[in-house]
Amino acid sequence: MIRLALRQFRSAAWTAAIALVAVAAVVVATRPHVAAAGVQAIVPRTAFGLVVIVAPALIGAFWGAPLVAREFEAGTHRLVWAQSISRSHWLAVKLAVAGTAAVAATALLSALVTWWAAPLDDAAAAVYGTFDARDVAPVGYAVFALAFGVTAGLVLRRTLPAMALTLVVLLTTRIVVTGWLRPLAVAPTVVTQPLDPDRTGYGSGGNILLGIGPSRLRPEAPDIPDAWVRSVRILDAAGKPLTDQVLRATCPAVTAAKPGGPAGPAPESVRLQMHDCVTRIGDKYHEVITYQPGDRYWTFQWWEFAIFVVLAAILGGYAFQRLRRTA
Amino acid sequence: MILETETLAKRYRRRWALRDCTLAVPEGAIVGLVGPNGAGKTTLLQLIVGLLTPTAGAVRVLGGRPDAAMRSGRVGFVAQDAPTYAGLTVADHLALGAGLNPRRWDAAAAGERVARLGLSPRLRAGRLSGGQRAQLALTLALSKRPDLLVLDEPVASLDPLARRAFLDETVAAATATGTGVVLSTHLVADLAHTCTHVVVVAGGRVRLAAEIAGLDDLERVVLDELGKDELGRAA
Repeated sequence: MIRLALRQFRSAAWTAAIALVAVAAVVVATRPHVAAAGVQAIVPRTAFGLVVIVAPALIGAFWGAPLVAREFEAGTHRLVWAQSISRSHWLAVKLAVAGTAAVAATALLSALVTWWAAPLDDAAAAVYGTFDARDVAPVGYAVFALAFGVTAGLVLRRTLPAMALTLVVLLTTRIVVTGWLRPLAVAPTVVTQPLDPDRTGYGSGGNILLGIGPSRLRPEAPDIPDAWVRSVRILDAAGKPLTDQVLRATCPAVTAAKPGGPAGPAPESVRLQMHDCVTRIGDKYHEVITYQPGDRYWTFQWWEFAIFVVLAAILGGYAFQRLRRTA
Repeated sequence: MILETETLAKRYRRRWALRDCTLAVPEGAIVGLVGPNGAGKTTLLQLIVGLLTPTAGAVRVLGGRPDAAMRSGRVGFVAQDAPTYAGLTVADHLALGAGLNPRRWDAAAAGERVARLGLSPRLRAGRLSGGQRAQLALTLALSKRPDLLVLDEPVASLDPLARRAFLDETVAAATATGTGVVLSTHLVADLAHTCTHVVVVAGGRVRLAAEIAGLDDLERVVLDELGKDELGRAA
């Protein structure tokens, strides 16, 4: 069976090998100049990151989805299931071949890009900013994408819908894990500091898609290297957050100002008002920052890897169960 | 008995594809399964080789469950349209047969058969004609030296001359080794010269199961059985 599985996987393996060699050639050729490139390296750094992020999706769609679905489409499952080998054995060997290739390809790709970008990443001091395009996390994504593609192909029995579903689910899962599961690895570090009147402003934030929140007092993001800042809140001694009423009562001049004025440096009078306001608020309130320090980077990398590998294992178990019931 | 079914039935969602099918096939028998399209022939054959699981009843192949019989390599099966891997060569297919049936595979016979048929080992299966693909698939099934050979519409893709040659050759190969054969067709004419037994299936039920030697006029008997079905439906 291993011979058939390798033979069927041959052209996919060649495509991946050629792509990897191309990336490796660029990486090796340009790496000596990365440190000196400065701003010019921003575009290639983003591009390499994208390649690492997209690779697992391609693996799920082009290796995973057709693995079983194409056999159903061509009817060849009726040929191969009529031999002296169980369906489970058949799927296990196919999965082992594709899985090994997926792990090897993404591990190599991620290692190449991580090495290439190391001088830039060190300078940026934002390890969580490139988190999903470095080190072991992409390998976990690839294993999950492959498992999902195979399972979707087994259930849908058609390659194209399985490919489409794989891409959608991979994207959704990545968003859900990043937003809800990744932070659960370790409780964040909490630091408290007094409000700094020179680094605190008033206004609203958000984005066009998710909506822009109401105006409130905004301390400037703390400058902690490599930190993943989860929240910056303004609390009183009892831990209660600053309410709008309190803010308006304390600083009527600031909160009454209408937005939409000309852009540019604020007039001295306004700045004094702001300074005054923050100082008065600061009598009772302080700033509480929750963040994940940079030295937990590897904890998060392995946690992320584990989440996706466990999800892949669950999918794999379901696929084998489903295969036995497939009629 | 190399094959027995007992009140075998298969339902797809709400439609019964096969009901109340009880058959017994003795060793060395060559059984022709006839019936119109959609009669339940393919369903019956796929139940025999374990590609489908019965909704009710039981199948015993070579004295055991179908999947155990398949695992032993003693059952050769060619599915409808003789599926092969379009991207793999003839040689790849023989390697597949050898690798997946290590205990039963007769490499010499497989190589000899492919050479005799004029199939170039380096040719991809996707480039073969329908008849050549059927021959390749049959080679895979025969080279396991099966005790039971199950063929679903093996001659559907062949022209009339090739049909007769293919069937004669298959039966000769099976008879030489004492292999039992169950093959389906919708042409009664295919049966008379090649089969020892006939099973008529229509509307998901077995209408007739008899030894051909005992029938005066096979074609008339079969058509009568199928005609009854038509009349029954009209009434």
